[in-house]
Amino acid sequence: MPTSSKKEKLIEGVLPESKAHELLYKMVLTRAFEENAEEMYGLGKVHGTMHLSIGEEGVAAGAGPALRPSDYLLNTHRGHGHFLMWGGDLNRMMAEFMGKEAGYCRGRGGSMHIADVESNNLGAQGIVAGNLPISVGVGLSIQMRKTDQVVLTLFGDGAANEGAFHESLNMASIWNLPVIYLCENNQYAMSMAFERAFRVEQVSERAAAYGMKGLTVDGNDVIAVYKAVSEAAEQARKGAGPTLIEAITYRWKGHSKSDRQLYRTREEVKKWMEKDPIKRFAAKLDVDEAGLKEIEKKAKEEIRKAVEFADNSPEPDVNTILEGIYA
Amino acid sequence: MRELSYMEALREAMRQAMQKDDRVFLIGEDIGIYGGAFGVSAGLLDEFGPKRIIDTPISEAGIAGACIGAAVTGMRPIGEMQFSDFVVIAMEQLVMQGAKMRFMFGGKAEVPFVMRLAGGSGTGAAAQHSESLENWFVHVPGLKVVMPSSPYDAKGLLLAAIEDNNPIMFFEHKVLYKTKGPVPEEMYTIPLGQSHVVREGKDLTVVATSIMVSRALEAAEQLSKEGIELEIIDPRTLKPLDEKPIIESVIKTGKALIVHEAVKTGGFGGELTAVIMESEAFGYLDAPVKRLAGLDTPIPYNRNLEYHAVPQVENIVEEARKLVKGQY
Ligand SMILES: Cc1ncc(C[n+]2csc(CCOP(=O)(O)OP(=O)(O)O)c2C)c(N)n1
Ligand SMILES: [Mg+2]
Repeated sequence: MPTSSKKEKLIEGVLPESKAHELLYKMVLTRAFEENAEEMYGLGKVHGTMHLSIGEEGVAAGAGPALRPSDYLLNTHRGHGHFLMWGGDLNRMMAEFMGKEAGYCRGRGGSMHIADVESNNLGAQGIVAGNLPISVGVGLSIQMRKTDQVVLTLFGDGAANEGAFHESLNMASIWNLPVIYLCENNQYAMSMAFERAFRVEQVSERAAAYGMKGLTVDGNDVIAVYKAVSEAAEQARKGAGPTLIEAITYRWKGHSKSDRQLYRTREEVKKWMEKDPIKRFAAKLDVDEAGLKEIEKKAKEEIRKAVEFADNSPEPDVNTILEGIYA
Repeated sequence: MRELSYMEALREAMRQAMQKDDRVFLIGEDIGIYGGAFGVSAGLLDEFGPKRIIDTPISEAGIAGACIGAAVTGMRPIGEMQFSDFVVIAMEQLVMQGAKMRFMFGGKAEVPFVMRLAGGSGTGAAAQHSESLENWFVHVPGLKVVMPSSPYDAKGLLLAAIEDNNPIMFFEHKVLYKTKGPVPEEMYTIPLGQSHVVREGKDLTVVATSIMVSRALEAAEQLSKEGIELEIIDPRTLKPLDEKPIIESVIKTGKALIVHEAVKTGGFGGELTAVIMESEAFGYLDAPVKRLAGLDTPIPYNRNLEYHAVPQVENIVEEARKLVKGQY
């Protein structure tokens, strides 16, 4: 947990106020990034697909600050927010998104594979649950190297139904590995509603099967996520093993660009939009509507500059096409 | 004849097969109300209901196993891998179980299912959603591997695959989904193991698969203006492979260029080359057999790099021209 000067107010007794304001800004920035991404896609400035986390920003905002820069992150396909919360630089992120050489992965990876190895950010993921077994290895390596690092590994509700989930959680549990499994349960895996894909009520119930601690928190409540991840990190650092945290949230936008959203109702989406994690956190910090508008303005300006940066960066040279495959 | 897109042709094949045979059903991720990630199964849920259009959790090994288990007990499943890349998760079931079951049981079991897989690059989907993995399966005795290149072939080959009593890996190309072509309304099959001479020509044999067939045709039009006539052959099924038309063509032209999207090293082109070299066509060759294929790289995200990672029309034109002019 961050250290704070004695007089700084702690939000809900845990999060220093200045840090909280920084998080609020990054939540707004994440949303601005994604709204802009959607727009650029519409204009044909980016190709491929993208997965927007609009409505889910609370999870990343709570998880990121609960960890240290020396810890590891394994992200999902819907991870723009986590990338920013992990300290990602907006310019290089935008450049990657636009496939430019200046991007984090030299334009080779794009949104679905964006990584920053230097900051122990081991990348977004194109294969659902693909990161879960890797997290075991990262945890094992921490144990072998005898550091006090931990691993934050993210996945969606859908990923919990891949066989890899089972193997990963069991291995991490039997070896007491310092892995925090953070499930972003946004109620759907593409068109597959949670109730259609599970017989348990909550993903966290599955923790019992591996003999590890499991809990469910409100993913749209930044502080609730922050507390849960902080506690799990503390346990992991003490050698008490992994935790499975399920954060309940909701994806406002379609799964990806091809989604007509026939599997849910407008009313349902609307109901969840009223639980906007940004508005909720702003209220907690006594930021009023006008204050939030100001923050949005600032974020949009930062996005505009990042697009300008990316626009002015060179394309990868075709002659380098075979670079970066082997070490 | 009426025109359909490649996607519509596939959908019609599935619809007609399901209308005709109660044992046929679809199983995969988001194939129901979503209509499949690319829309191939759109509307089928309304017509056949959730008992025959089965949405699964994200569990590729489970999908493959469900196909195998249902097939060996009398059903005729059509499974779907949302992107062919995800088949890696289903490999054990497909390769260790489905492919070998009949053999291991002394030829007494039948495992009739089709696994449809959306493959290929060209959509900016990057390294984990753009691969061409067909040749992995060519290497597995017990599996058949099909790769339609046109709407007509898509329907006829899929219907043949559904009727076949073996496990079939059916590789579709996502960039082809919207391409149109004539497709008969009635049910028809194209036998598995029948190469198709797509274009006749005297100067060079081009063996191309999937999307490379249309690129080769475009290249042929351009080269025709220079007086170079390509003969284009689409094997359509990589396994079983109908070698005869390929060998006969090489005997006629004396030259062969193989074009596929998959990575060159270890790709199907090596197999085709060997087929030619081991045949009586060897004596008629007046140039080395050449391969034009994907570079030895995962597919990059950047649009321009992605474009250059796999053969394009201009690459085929250039390679073919060089080969015909003896510049190899
Ligand atoms: C192994 C694998 N299967 C299927 C997909 C296609 N796919 C990408 S994201 C997704 C849904 C994932 O749902 P969930 O894990 O709940 O995450 P969410 O998208 O809701 O954030 C699917 C089916 C994939 N990328 N990888
Ligand atoms: Mg989900």
